[in-house]
Amino acid sequence: MSTAESLHQSRKRKNAVMMTLCVAAAGIGLAWLALILGALLYKGVSGLSLSVFTEMTPPPGEAGGLLNAIAGSLIMTIIAVVVGTPIGVLAGTYMAEYGRFSKLTTIVRFINDILLSAPSIIVGLFVYELLVRPMGHFSAIAGAFALAILVIPVVVRTTEDMLTLVPNSLREAGTAIGAPRWIVIKSVAYRAALSGIVTGILLAIARISGETAPLLFTALNNQFWSGNLNAPMASLPVTIFQFALSPYEEWQQLAWTGALIITLTVLGLSIFARSLTGRREDR
Amino acid sequence: MTVVSEAMPPSAAMKIREATVRRFALTDTIFRTATRFSAILVLLILGGVAVSLFAGSWQALSTFGFSFLTTESWNPVTEKFGALAPIYGTIITSAIAILIAVPIGIGIAVFLTELCPRPLRRPIGIAVELLAGIPSIIYGIWGLFVFAPFLQTTVQPFVIDLFKGIPGLSNLFAGPPYGIGMLTSALILAIMVLPFITSISKDVFDTVPSVLKESAYGIGCTTWEVTRRVVIPYTRVGIMGGVMLGLGRALGETMAVTFVIGNAHRISASLFAPGTTISATIANEFTEADGELYTSSLVALGLILFVITLVILAIARYMLMRIDARTGA
Repeated sequence: MSTAESLHQSRKRKNAVMMTLCVAAAGIGLAWLALILGALLYKGVSGLSLSVFTEMTPPPGEAGGLLNAIAGSLIMTIIAVVVGTPIGVLAGTYMAEYGRFSKLTTIVRFINDILLSAPSIIVGLFVYELLVRPMGHFSAIAGAFALAILVIPVVVRTTEDMLTLVPNSLREAGTAIGAPRWIVIKSVAYRAALSGIVTGILLAIARISGETAPLLFTALNNQFWSGNLNAPMASLPVTIFQFALSPYEEWQQLAWTGALIITLTVLGLSIFARSLTGRREDR
Repeated sequence: MTVVSEAMPPSAAMKIREATVRRFALTDTIFRTATRFSAILVLLILGGVAVSLFAGSWQALSTFGFSFLTTESWNPVTEKFGALAPIYGTIITSAIAILIAVPIGIGIAVFLTELCPRPLRRPIGIAVELLAGIPSIIYGIWGLFVFAPFLQTTVQPFVIDLFKGIPGLSNLFAGPPYGIGMLTSALILAIMVLPFITSISKDVFDTVPSVLKESAYGIGCTTWEVTRRVVIPYTRVGIMGGVMLGLGRALGETMAVTFVIGNAHRISASLFAPGTTISATIANEFTEADGELYTSSLVALGLILFVITLVILAIARYMLMRIDARTGA
């Protein structure tokens, strides 16, 4: 009896220890998030002012803003989304609609999942070899192209997932009244999956707006205002990279402020994207 | 669309209908071809990456041959390049990161699925996933300005003192405390891959049939015993998939590591010493590389990274597909 008793005690103790460790693990995870966001707010907010959004990046040792970097990031992000989204949505459509059971879909899904987590610096090298080297110079268009390659797998994945969730009875109803396949897809499936597809696009924007590695040797950087897509263009992440590693205090402060802006944008976008479709998980 | 009215002769109505059907069929073909082409484009991108990296690194690979993989020296002046130091740095930092992140990630997943009160589940889950959303460069700047100085002034001197005179460990934790270095990179990588491991573990834990868990609870198992003996064995393949996915991320992670690794092309026994990784080397040196052979060597590094991550990610996806197939069946 006493051995059974003590075995029971030791099992309960072990359970208590392990469960405490699990709670501690969750605590560690949350603590890191708090530490990083806290440091960002602490260091970033003090440099936040209107001039950050209205002035160009300064030469070393002078005050200035991040206007050209922010504008460059916006321009390249928009081009990347405009180029990448249609390809991603169409590919996802093929996988969920026309070729749901085809061999090609299985292969594309596998490859797409690999692209989804492939190192972004590899994409940068690819675009360097594909565009920068033949053109002979760095350019904004190459940067945007690299970002577009990062957009595609995210959009493909969510589009396929969301279209697969659309009930087949809806499609059958469409087909039954004589609508051809593309009208069923356009007017029934897309409409039913719209919020999910938009979520995917938002998540893709969130992902590329913080990407630095693929821009380093495609769009490079530019200290001045440039609307020329065929020339190097500044972007917020690359500017942060350059400024943070510099010895100048003004530059480092701008890097922190830029980091704060990027983080708030990215986190805001991903929370907004989740709120569009998040309800489903609560069931 | 033309309205087929009854006043029309039957043959005209037929013609209009045929034309409409043909037009529909044509549009459908165009649309289907467009979607199919886009799907194939995804394959072409990956193929294009492989081909271009191979082409770009050809010069370095043909100059150095197999010794590229086994040479430590990286000298732009004499144009002697070897990838051993970056490969070593990449593998060591990622391995340590995974060793740290796996128990914590699984712990959080257990907490979220078994312990956490329902209303808190979603907010805490989202908070952990936000860690995944924070851009890599933010981890870098935080690591360089906040985390590394903290390690340099408190943790590292303490650890160096602690292991002084113990054979093995004293070499592992030796040298002046720089703050930046291999271990700092590994710690930052651990934080970065944590959300991936957590969210995949959580997802696969949810696939365990309740009846299995309930029968274990029914015969008197504690929560830990249910987790250890039922949940984890049932989801082993999925967890491994998640770990491999995290490993793939850690191996290719660039900006965060570039900030804190120190970019030193040598292999040191000490984890406190600065080192380099493949991605950090490319990020640091690519735009400054002068000379074809230098650039080509950097692209060759990229090719090595591409091959390593491709294999790891393929294994990860294969494992996750297996668990998907089981829950789908």
